[in-house]
Amino acid sequence: MRLDLLEKIKDNVWEIPKSGDMLVAGRVFGSEKLVREMDDKVFEQVTNVASLPGIQRFSLAMPDAHWGYGFPIGGVAAFDPDEGGVVSVGGVGFDVNCGVRTIKTDLTVDDVRPVLRKLVDTFFEVVPAGLGSRGEITLTGNKIYDVLQEGAPWAVGQGYGLEEDLTFIEEGGVVTGADPIDVSETAIKRERRQVGTLGSGNHYLEVQYVDEIYDPAIAQKFGLFLGQIVISLHCGSRALGHQVGTDYLKTLAGASRKYGIPIKERELVCAPINSPEGERYFSAVNCAINYAFANRQVISHLVRVGLEKIFPDAEMKMLYDIGHNTCKIEEHIVDGQKKKLYVHRKGATRAFGAKRRELRGAYQGVGQPVLIGGTMGTASYILAGTEENDGAFASVCHGAGRVMSRTKAKKLWNGEKLIKDLENLGIIIRAHSVHGVAEEAPGSYKPVEEVVDVINNTKLATKVVRVRPLGCLKG
Amino acid sequence: MSVSFDYFEHEADIGIVGMGDTLEEAFVGGALALFSVMVDIEGVESRLRAEVSCAAFNIEELFIEWLNTLLAEADLRDMVFSKFEIDVLGETRLHGYAFGEVLDPKRHSLRSEVKAATYSMLSVEYVDDLFVAKCVVDV
Repeated sequence: MRLDLLEKIKDNVWEIPKSGDMLVAGRVFGSEKLVREMDDKVFEQVTNVASLPGIQRFSLAMPDAHWGYGFPIGGVAAFDPDEGGVVSVGGVGFDVNCGVRTIKTDLTVDDVRPVLRKLVDTFFEVVPAGLGSRGEITLTGNKIYDVLQEGAPWAVGQGYGLEEDLTFIEEGGVVTGADPIDVSETAIKRERRQVGTLGSGNHYLEVQYVDEIYDPAIAQKFGLFLGQIVISLHCGSRALGHQVGTDYLKTLAGASRKYGIPIKERELVCAPINSPEGERYFSAVNCAINYAFANRQVISHLVRVGLEKIFPDAEMKMLYDIGHNTCKIEEHIVDGQKKKLYVHRKGATRAFGAKRRELRGAYQGVGQPVLIGGTMGTASYILAGTEENDGAFASVCHGAGRVMSRTKAKKLWNGEKLIKDLENLGIIIRAHSVHGVAEEAPGSYKPVEEVVDVINNTKLATKVVRVRPLGCLKG
Repeated sequence: MSVSFDYFEHEADIGIVGMGDTLEEAFVGGALALFSVMVDIEGVESRLRAEVSCAAFNIEELFIEWLNTLLAEADLRDMVFSKFEIDVLGETRLHGYAFGEVLDPKRHSLRSEVKAATYSMLSVEYVDDLFVAKCVVDV
């Protein structure tokens, strides 16, 4: 991205000045190096989003931002329904409520290392992943409707996990305003056997250990300690979410024409929030959000089953579960006025601060855990939301962010060699597709520590601990 | 030249290109590119046939509808496709067939799941005596 086109507001904060059809300015978070290395398409996409009706304050790009479809990946924008605000498929993506869940254990790295391979192999056996994988649950008849309306509590009700798990999921693992009538028959049919499956691409299940603590007080409140084994999983709403995105791309393309909304990039097709099309899309998104929460809840149960095979007495507790491809109704203060906004986060994570009444239990007065997935060869981070930097709608990055295409990564790395190289570093990889491993090579991502430092230094969230991978299951 | 396909760079996902002497061939090329992201189609035989019918607002959106209909049909039948035929193709309507077999992870060389074909970088053009259909697919 050309720095001469940006105005530096302060360290790590850059502005794309309002011009042309932009209704608001763009804000890009990143060090000089990260921003310079961002694709020019990020500039273009932030600018395009800034011209959508009803957008508030800024069109945002997080430090992990890269070229996406419609919105940049790492893009955030909030819309006011009372000012003609819109909902857009480009702002949510095709894997609705794709997100990260981290599970704490009472095991240490010393407990796990001697049996690491066995543990990763066990997870590989019990957690379905990869193209065409099917779960052990078949949702016959109307059962799928229950999942779409009830989310993670549905899974707990079926015996997948514990009631207390729900306290540690955004919104308790279920959002309201989800009417299955707004989800197509094709989406429902595709989903009948996919609950409890990981998928492929950048989705993973990782055995990690806490290797550095930055904020001991918050780490203690989160129940994290040095050397502790945690298990993180990254996945979303599977074919249901994909089909919701696909179906509504077409619906919103029609709506954009019907309502005469000027679209700068075709993937930004949208509908006014207060329109039949917008309402139906938002309801379908809510169904897919609930489905993803249920999916991660069932996978957590499978993780528990796998872990108990090797460590029968191990304790597992949820740290948190958060989505990063979402559109949510939230309260934010804009120009001194409290507003209910529709916040789109496409590859961006919500990071509510200590004062948010939406936070539950132990996280009230602390800030929510923010889970930032790195790569299978480097590290991931757990932060706490602060909301000290207004204007970002309580949002941070979602990962390291890619620096190159999957096609290029496959030319540079060989999947099998990469698996061996990582094994030499003590990291065991099990994958259904070696092609997929090459595409996800750690070198195809930005340095996650640089991305996370921007978040920490701009006070969007505060670093709590770093975790390193020991084993990784890929689709 | 008959049907062919290629890829173009996209930072997060994969750009696919279908090409041919006719629009039908370009659409078939796009489908071959799509399924080659998911599996080595050389190892997928034409054992079963699925009928595909779809409609869209214009030719570009029809290309996306064709690809997304194929993705859904394959998923619904637990199949992967490796051969395609289009017998009706207008500006807004398409009818055709996809051939393939039930996905078998032991026999088929699996790659990445495609979530959807997107409107990003979407175009359907006639360039240098060739029909070319492109888009980015989300993996």
